[in-house]
Amino acid sequence: MRNHALWEKLRPYVMIAPAMAGIVLFVVYPVLYLVRLSFYKYNLMNKAKSKFIGWDNYRKLFGNDDFYKSLVNTVWYTVGVVALTMILSLLIALWLRRSSRWNALVQAGIFTPHIVSIVSIALLWLWMMEPSHGLLNYVLQSLGLPTSTWLQSSKTALVSVIIVSVWHGIGYYALILVAALQSIPPSIYEAAALDNAGRFKLFFRITLPLISPQLFFVLVIMTIGSFKVFDTVQVMTDGGPNQATSTIVYYIFRYRSTNIGYSSATGVVLMLVVGALTFLYFRLLSRKLHYQ
Amino acid sequence: MKTMDLRYAKLTLSAVLKAVVLMIFVFPFLWMVSTSLQTLQETTTVPPTFVPAVPQWNNFVHAMQAGPFLTYARNSVVVTAAILVIQFVVMIPAAYAFAKYRFAGHRLLFGLVLLAFMIPGQVTFIPVYLMLADWGWIDTLLPQIVPFLANAFGIFLLRQYFMQIPEELVESARLDNASEFKIIWKLMTPMSRPALATIALFSFVSHWNEYFWPLIMTNSNSVRPLTLGIAMLRETEGITNWHIVMAGNVVLVIPILIAYAFCSKWIVKAFVYSGIK
Repeated sequence: MRNHALWEKLRPYVMIAPAMAGIVLFVVYPVLYLVRLSFYKYNLMNKAKSKFIGWDNYRKLFGNDDFYKSLVNTVWYTVGVVALTMILSLLIALWLRRSSRWNALVQAGIFTPHIVSIVSIALLWLWMMEPSHGLLNYVLQSLGLPTSTWLQSSKTALVSVIIVSVWHGIGYYALILVAALQSIPPSIYEAAALDNAGRFKLFFRITLPLISPQLFFVLVIMTIGSFKVFDTVQVMTDGGPNQATSTIVYYIFRYRSTNIGYSSATGVVLMLVVGALTFLYFRLLSRKLHYQ
Repeated sequence: MKTMDLRYAKLTLSAVLKAVVLMIFVFPFLWMVSTSLQTLQETTTVPPTFVPAVPQWNNFVHAMQAGPFLTYARNSVVVTAAILVIQFVVMIPAAYAFAKYRFAGHRLLFGLVLLAFMIPGQVTFIPVYLMLADWGWIDTLLPQIVPFLANAFGIFLLRQYFMQIPEELVESARLDNASEFKIIWKLMTPMSRPALATIALFSFVSHWNEYFWPLIMTNSNSVRPLTLGIAMLRETEGITNWHIVMAGNVVLVIPILIAYAFCSKWIVKAFVYSGIK
């Protein structure tokens, strides 16, 4: 009987043990190790020769123009993707909110890129953005518009990557907003119609406040996601031309084998940014679950 | 009469606009398929070729011979399947324990799960790589599988779901002398099918499409997945053979698109659900 009581006590720990082992081994320990590495000049060939150098990696990092360039690119990329996606997905959601077969089809179509590998998306757009034989320039030309060098000039490369990312992600966010719009009780609109409220007033006074939790949610998860951008950049531009599309994760990736300590310090900076953003997201999530 | 015309005009305009938007998102995929069946010469004509004169099925053979694609495909399948199975075995008991037991330290431990959800692979990959290299795991498939054994998002979502299952149901099962294992297997799991389907679809799509992690964790073709193989086509085929690159791309995308065509409703629901819950 005493054995049974002991087992009852231990059981929860046994049940979570595999999951916790995975988390400790592949998240908690690596994070601590990352912080430690960031204070070392790490020698990949001979670990014993690694040297503690204090804050040197961080000093070097914040004195490096390339790092600032990558940070600024990442911020611009994030601002561009988030702003465009928010506005366009809200417009699409408002436009396709009524459930009909046509609307469901268009929604499914817009969502399609989201489930396809970013590698495929990147290769596909790389081909379409090819300056001399690509489809995009042909379309622009036949519409009488000026063509673009897209990814091949440092002026347009970042914008091109932003366009691809927006195209890739917009369907997901539009669908979340459609679901939010559909959950607004029609009685609220009926009441407003009795008051003869105009369309703009209706939108700003009723619709927008009622879907603001979801809008905020979209804003936060999209910001976190955009800050980690790597795949698109790596496949499409390799950070170029002339570092015009180098981002923080790409920067970490570049130094991952040549200067591990320095690369780790950059990783710590990324972790702090993403950590702060995600903390915000969880605060939001737990509050939402309380209300439901 | 005038207002009727106006309404029809509006309806038509809206339908046309919807068709245009649909094309913006779907046409690139059709264009990919079209290019994959063209000759090199057809890819360079102005105006572009939309329907190839003779479909060049050979492009697929060419693309598949540019690298060990059978190996890539096998690796993708093995890695994705292994991750899904292991994640479920690990996740279900953990979510149950967090939902239905109160034990010392459960808050702290659940906090760790949330922490794991917050820290992306782009942050941890350097130390994890060094650790796995120490273990001699590079050049096996393990670095692409084992680090994902605990699905933090899944544990979080499933716990929420388990918590909504009434305590009375669990209690009455216990009174009937059902073991905890039986309660999980016969009661909790069947009742949370929607959540499990959501997590499975999510996990499948994200690991099948994974690029960053295998790029870091592999040094040889024998362990690389399809995504890396396709991306490498661009390097081996130079910058002109777009018809070959697109053929490879079709091979990577079509399985996902077929799955999507058959259960788009499910997939869309799963993604939206995980987004708002």
